[in-house]
Amino acid sequence: MEPQLQIRLTRAPINHVELTEAVRSPLCGAVVSFLGTVRELTQGRQTTYLEYDAYEPMAESELRKLAEQAAEKWGLHAVAITHRLGALDLGEIAVAVAVSSPHRREAFEAASEIMSVMKQTVPIWKKETWADGETEWIHPE
Amino acid sequence: MTVTVLCFARLKELVGSGRVTLELPADASVKDLHRELFQQFPAVESLAGQLLVAVNGEYASDDAAIPAGAEVACFPPVSGG
Repeated sequence: MEPQLQIRLTRAPINHVELTEAVRSPLCGAVVSFLGTVRELTQGRQTTYLEYDAYEPMAESELRKLAEQAAEKWGLHAVAITHRLGALDLGEIAVAVAVSSPHRREAFEAASEIMSVMKQTVPIWKKETWADGETEWIHPE
Repeated sequence: MTVTVLCFARLKELVGSGRVTLELPADASVKDLHRELFQQFPAVESLAGQLLVAVNGEYASDDAAIPAGAEVACFPPVSGG
């Protein structure tokens, strides 16, 4: 059966309950949800807020590819990914991933792998505004 | 050919705009695009070796050709999630 995929970019707060509900099914014994949230401290430095920007059409297509590959590799029933764009306060949800599968191991592995690959391939960037007023786009080496 | 390049994040800051127009030879590759970008915007050299290029929404290697009329985007390493 074809996996259900739901990919979204949004400037509104992410409803993670709705996202999780979207992947639930009587065919599945496992649902794993992951939330990436805005952290206050990075190596001792204090963040005031974050901004996310994206090359939106490509970010959506890369997220879809990622979801398709994970669904195929781990035999998932459904994958839902929503990434927030724009300015986010401390503690807000920047990204939410929910996956469902018949058994838990595949769901855990898939959610973890989706996050790892996302951070390497999906054209979304975050800009830190630090407590001292300095701003900085984050571009991992 | 004239190529419009969409720029993001730190690159957008360095060029001062979300899109720049470059004049490239008809058979230009991604590498040629980098070179022209550095020439027109010397500050961008600080990102040399880091910049990624997408042609029509797909990542393109340094040797890939840039077809006329393609949508081209250039950006530093991603940091979503």
